[in-house]
Amino acid sequence: MHYINIFSLNWYNIYFMEQSIASARKPNFLKKIVQSFGSFVIDDIKGLGDFALFTIKFFYWSVKPPFRVKLGFDQLFFIGNKSVFIVCLTGAFTGMVMAYQMYYGSKLISMDTFVGPIVSMSLARELSPVLTGLIVAGRAGAAMAAQIGTMKVTEQIDALEVMGVDANQYLAVPRILAGTIALPILTIIHGFVGNLGSYLIGTKVLGIDEVMYFSKLSQLMFLEDFFQGIIKAFFFGFIIACIGTYHGFSVSGGAEGVGKGTNLAVVWGMITVLVVDFFLTSFLVHIL
Amino acid sequence: MENAVEVINLTKRFGEHTVLDNLNFNIVRGKITTILGFSGAGKSTLMKHILGLLKPTSGMLRVLDTDLSTLNRVGLREFRRNFGMLFQYAALFDSMTSFENVAFPLREFTKLNEAEIKDKGFKLLKSVGLEEISYHKLPSELSGGMRKRVGLARALALSPKIMLYDEPTTGLDPITTNMVNELIKDTTDAHKDIGLTSIIISHDVKATLKISDYVAFLDHGKIIEHRPVDEFLESKEPLVRRFLEL
Ligand SMILES: Nc1ncnc2c1ncn2[C@@H]1O[C@H](COP(=O)(O)OP(=O)(O)O)[C@@H](O)[C@H]1O
Ligand SMILES: [Mg+2]
Repeated sequence: MHYINIFSLNWYNIYFMEQSIASARKPNFLKKIVQSFGSFVIDDIKGLGDFALFTIKFFYWSVKPPFRVKLGFDQLFFIGNKSVFIVCLTGAFTGMVMAYQMYYGSKLISMDTFVGPIVSMSLARELSPVLTGLIVAGRAGAAMAAQIGTMKVTEQIDALEVMGVDANQYLAVPRILAGTIALPILTIIHGFVGNLGSYLIGTKVLGIDEVMYFSKLSQLMFLEDFFQGIIKAFFFGFIIACIGTYHGFSVSGGAEGVGKGTNLAVVWGMITVLVVDFFLTSFLVHIL
Repeated sequence: MENAVEVINLTKRFGEHTVLDNLNFNIVRGKITTILGFSGAGKSTLMKHILGLLKPTSGMLRVLDTDLSTLNRVGLREFRRNFGMLFQYAALFDSMTSFENVAFPLREFTKLNEAEIKDKGFKLLKSVGLEEISYHKLPSELSGGMRKRVGLARALALSPKIMLYDEPTTGLDPITTNMVNELIKDTTDAHKDIGLTSIIISHDVKATLKISDYVAFLDHGKIIEHRPVDEFLESKEPLVRRFLEL
């Protein structure tokens, strides 16, 4: 065994070592920060541009034959299948927990019969589209990126192109259209189940009068509330599917790249749902 | 038409990087030509130009007597139906069975009805030596060799005039290598009547020389040797010698 006796190092050596370590690391470190920040900004701006272009091209691809109706329906079922169970589950629990919360608030001012419309309105305008959007981004958006990414790294996309099939059109159009249609449907399911949960907790557990619950509901809920949620869901579905497919096509470099693309699709899908929700809300409250 | 492919002063740059450097060579129709080269030599880039997937920086390609630069995007896409391609890992659509993979180009580009597609698809799968039990299996349930057979059947579905093979034997065991070689040879022979041209891209000398008629050696974007196979084996180019002796 050899030991390094630290007491045998003289101060000059230590000073010298520190100097060389500092000079070796400092500029590099700073350079790295600047570099990585710079490339982050540039990559993101470039990525945003590419994504915008991809989205614009979608409209061109979608009006150009061949129209692949069957593929679209396959995708619709795929998205529904992936998400419907979780949508119902979160719908039920969201409705139930909201009923509890609103009950204890409104009970204080003896307005507990308003639980129905308050929960229903929150679901219709905000919670159903947003929560469903987050779920679909995590399930279907991720699956789109993973499928297309895998096809990219295993040369299946090249195979399509060599056969003379427009791979972008073949893969993106059915998915984006299906996503745009699926999300409003899932949102409606979420809202329905949520209301059911709220009704059960409100009347059966918390003892709100059933007749009052429904009469307040019909008094205070308007078609506009539902429209607002469904319009949001359309946008969310479109955006999530665009992001999912875009990140699929952007995959490069093997299985690792597929994982990265899938991850990006989920993260950006979720963030975009929340950001777009804000802007849509601030716009829709004025016109509806 | 004697040449299936004519490459004329072809240069391709990616940014500063010259990948193909003023290439001039022809690929003879109805024969098997192998393009050899170290990895990174530009083989795949050359193949993508032949397929019209990449545009030359300068120069031109004439494929089956068509100047590719005269075709627009849609024209190129249609022109590509003259090609069949076997990818290194077969690139089968992983959500489709063997039969559906072969039926795909038939459904996309022919007016055959379902019964005719079934008939033709089964014939194709049989012609590449596949047993009927694997017709309705997914690619994930097939061995590497079987996947290659399905990939070949799919590539042949629209009766291509040029078959491209990208690294057909790379990473295969010797027995499967032989099998794939024989498959390429048999396929070319079976389509002699239409003058099927086969282009193999490879960095595996021993595997492909046996079945090639012509060999071209690509290095740093230049063809440094291009001869019938028996003359190629006698080449005096130092780089070719080094490659042959590997
Ligand atoms: N799309 C591209 N952009 C930039 N460089 C590329 C691109 N495609 C290939 N290259 C470069 O061209 C060179 C040749 O690549 P390739 O044709 O794939 O070689 P090979 O198939 O002979 O191994 C490599 O150095 C590669 O990095
Ligand atoms: Mg290559």
